[in-house]
Amino acid sequence: MTLLTVDELDCRYGLLQAVRGVSFDIAQGEIVALIGANGAGKTTLLRAIAGAHRPHSGRVTFDGADVTRLPAHRRVSLGIALVPEGRRLFPSLTVEENLRVAAVGKRRGRWNVQAVLDAFPLLQARRKMPAANLSGGEQQAVAIGRALMSNPRLLLLDEVSLGLAPVVVDAVYRSLANVISEGATVLLVEQDLTRALRVAGRVICMLEGRVVLEGAAQSLDRNRVIDAYFGLRRPAVGGAPA
Amino acid sequence: MKVQRWSRTSKLFTGGTSVVALALASVPLIFDPDVVQKLTNLLILVILAAMWNALAGYGGLVSVGQQAFIGIGAYGTVFFAGLGVSPYVAMLLAMALAGAVSVPISLFALRLRAAQFAIGMWVIAEVISILVRLDKNLGAGTGISLIQMNQYAPNFRQAYTFWMALGFAVLFLAALFFLLRSPLGASLQAIRDDEDAARSLGVRVASRKRLLFVLAGFGCGAAGVLIVANTLFIEPGSVFSVQWSAYMIFMVLVGGLGTFEGPILGAILLFAIQTTFTQGGPWYLVGLGATAALFALVLPRGLWGAIEERLGLRLMPVGYQVVSQKTRTEKKAQAST
Amino acid sequence: MTLVNAIVQGIFLGAFYAVLACGLSIMFGVMRIINLAHGDVAVLGAYLAFVVVERTGASAFVAFGVALPVMLLLGYLLQVTVLERSLKAGILTPLLATFGLSIVIQNLLLIAFSPDVRSLGGSAGAFTTASWHVTGELSISALGVLVLVVAVVVFGALQLFLSYTRAGWAMRATAEDPDAAELVGIDSRSVYARATAIAVAIASLGGLFLGIRSVFDPASGPTQLIFAFEAVVIGGMGSLWGTLLGGIALGLAQTLGAQLHPQFSVLAGHLLFLAVLIARFGGGRMTLRVAR
Repeated sequence: MTLLTVDELDCRYGLLQAVRGVSFDIAQGEIVALIGANGAGKTTLLRAIAGAHRPHSGRVTFDGADVTRLPAHRRVSLGIALVPEGRRLFPSLTVEENLRVAAVGKRRGRWNVQAVLDAFPLLQARRKMPAANLSGGEQQAVAIGRALMSNPRLLLLDEVSLGLAPVVVDAVYRSLANVISEGATVLLVEQDLTRALRVAGRVICMLEGRVVLEGAAQSLDRNRVIDAYFGLRRPAVGGAPA
Repeated sequence: MKVQRWSRTSKLFTGGTSVVALALASVPLIFDPDVVQKLTNLLILVILAAMWNALAGYGGLVSVGQQAFIGIGAYGTVFFAGLGVSPYVAMLLAMALAGAVSVPISLFALRLRAAQFAIGMWVIAEVISILVRLDKNLGAGTGISLIQMNQYAPNFRQAYTFWMALGFAVLFLAALFFLLRSPLGASLQAIRDDEDAARSLGVRVASRKRLLFVLAGFGCGAAGVLIVANTLFIEPGSVFSVQWSAYMIFMVLVGGLGTFEGPILGAILLFAIQTTFTQGGPWYLVGLGATAALFALVLPRGLWGAIEERLGLRLMPVGYQVVSQKTRTEKKAQAST
Repeated sequence: MTLVNAIVQGIFLGAFYAVLACGLSIMFGVMRIINLAHGDVAVLGAYLAFVVVERTGASAFVAFGVALPVMLLLGYLLQVTVLERSLKAGILTPLLATFGLSIVIQNLLLIAFSPDVRSLGGSAGAFTTASWHVTGELSISALGVLVLVVAVVVFGALQLFLSYTRAGWAMRATAEDPDAAELVGIDSRSVYARATAIAVAIASLGGLFLGIRSVFDPASGPTQLIFAFEAVVIGGMGSLWGTLLGGIALGLAQTLGAQLHPQFSVLAGHLLFLAVLIARFGGGRMTLRVAR
């Protein structure tokens, strides 16, 4: 069952076109990775789906309803939650306050403060600490937990590995795997190709605002992905340069 | 393609303004002293509007305290005249005093950000007003007259004051005009558009702003001088009143913030409104305030800004225009098709 | 002893300034807006209470209770009509729009009420005049104590609101990062409206106290704004308790200044304000560099 449909989406910053005519579907329960170089439009696309960026044209349909013009906070009640790039926790609020302030709306589900602390045990001891005093990995855990507090049907993750040591990223993804294994629908942006291909069932590659490659993670040739990522065209095997 | 400064329209218009200025000079010879006094008020408004626009439109500095310099100009005149200096010389000295005082004030005021600068200037105006009120020699709270002007017959007095006003108006407008056309002017427009970007390009933002601030100090001082010359009686409550800031904000917002012609248009509008609603009174002020707020929210570039955008019209050559330049043969070829 | 008296009066005066300043501080803390019509809003509150007193003969405090919900509604409307638009525009727009609004309010009050000064002192019962004479030179007014207690209660209640309620966390979150707040389901529009409503309501409380301790007329607004702003700046912009302390500092400066010369009181406050600004922002080349 299709949960999210993006249809010819066009997003701009003034005169700069960040997303050009992007279309794709995500079915319930899918894990989709959005990859691409910096400036490809991935963050803008996620923000448009979450409601933080008004598209210039095109449509976003969630669970059958057209949400293109719906403000972000209303989409949270519908079940879309974004973990923004750079964590963006509220610095003076404690871990617990950061989580509880996000528990708005009437969505029922298994996520509450205790459930989040169980999923990310490293936060248990930091419960009453202001978010500004946490380490990068802890902040990322809180940011993910904060998005989960609204019991979303679609979880959007923007570069959760950004600025974190590989060991820490492993821990974050391990906790994420538990979340994912319970049947969430996830669209995640990830710079690390290997990790993306490992976690996701499907991969969408963007370049300069457009979708240049799409397919099941298993079936995609790694070289093809790299070419699409950088916008290269390799010569056919044994043939002359293109 | 070429980049030009003077279009045909702007050439015509600049020539036209010079003619207008000369024509205005003959006003005292034609009209009654009453009319001359009113027109002097118009010129005062033009100066004030131009100066506030220089601060806010070109420097991004919203000041709600320029009345400080108006007051210094007015009371300075009374002070110097009281020392025995000839009244019109006293006026020039008072203007110079206002400009001079603006320099030390600028050293710390310009470090303040938006709202703190706005209200900080207001507090400075209040402080100066209180200090003046404490001085019995300056009439304390009840006001004082420029009695030294009685040595002139009313007609002559009005005429001299008008010519002085005209002279100041031309002086300050010309100063702004040449400022904007100079490389300094381009950097000022850059500061207005994006201060951080301008700074990163090496524009010395602080000194540019100081220049505008001091210019406005001289200009508002000149306005204060003219006010006391025109009405002969001043009191702290009126000359240091924040009402002047209200008028300046109205004129510039409605006329056109950041344009050269806008403030002049705004001044003419305010003058027209003031002469029509001579009863003055609160309803007209309600209208002024509401209009200013409305323009701030809805039409931030003011009437002149809207006109400029619609018609692509530039009357004064302060900007640059890119113009396509076809050769004569190309034009002929085009004409014959 | 007169010095002690001056200090006590200064604290009471300062508590009054703190109440006036509280709303201004909230709006700046949450929205980064300085409402130049803030003083006029306070005076509007005083006039509303005055109208209720005139019509019903009730005490000033009861009248305020009636005026309060009206002011809350007005604050909400102010945000939704004027301030919301100016938030999206540049930094100058809120200043200019609220300045225009200030002129409008002052002159509408002038039309409705004439320039006569009014007072609420007559209907505040014993509070207006009662005081304890501790010694020959030191007297503590009941009104002063009331205002001080109310100030502490108001600031305390706000602190509790911001620290322990979800609406309070939402307000702090929106103040720190409105974009991220939206992304976690917080409606920033209604947070801002709530903040403005609270700010306007507390401002009208300041207006009530202004009316009881002194007189007011349609043009009183700007003076209250200046004092409120000075209190906020002296205490540190963006700090809630700082505004309380700043108000008290301002009150002390004024009463102590009056000890030197009766006409120096307001001037002393202005000079303290300017001194704080200079100390914080320096005076050009003359800034002293403190070595770490």
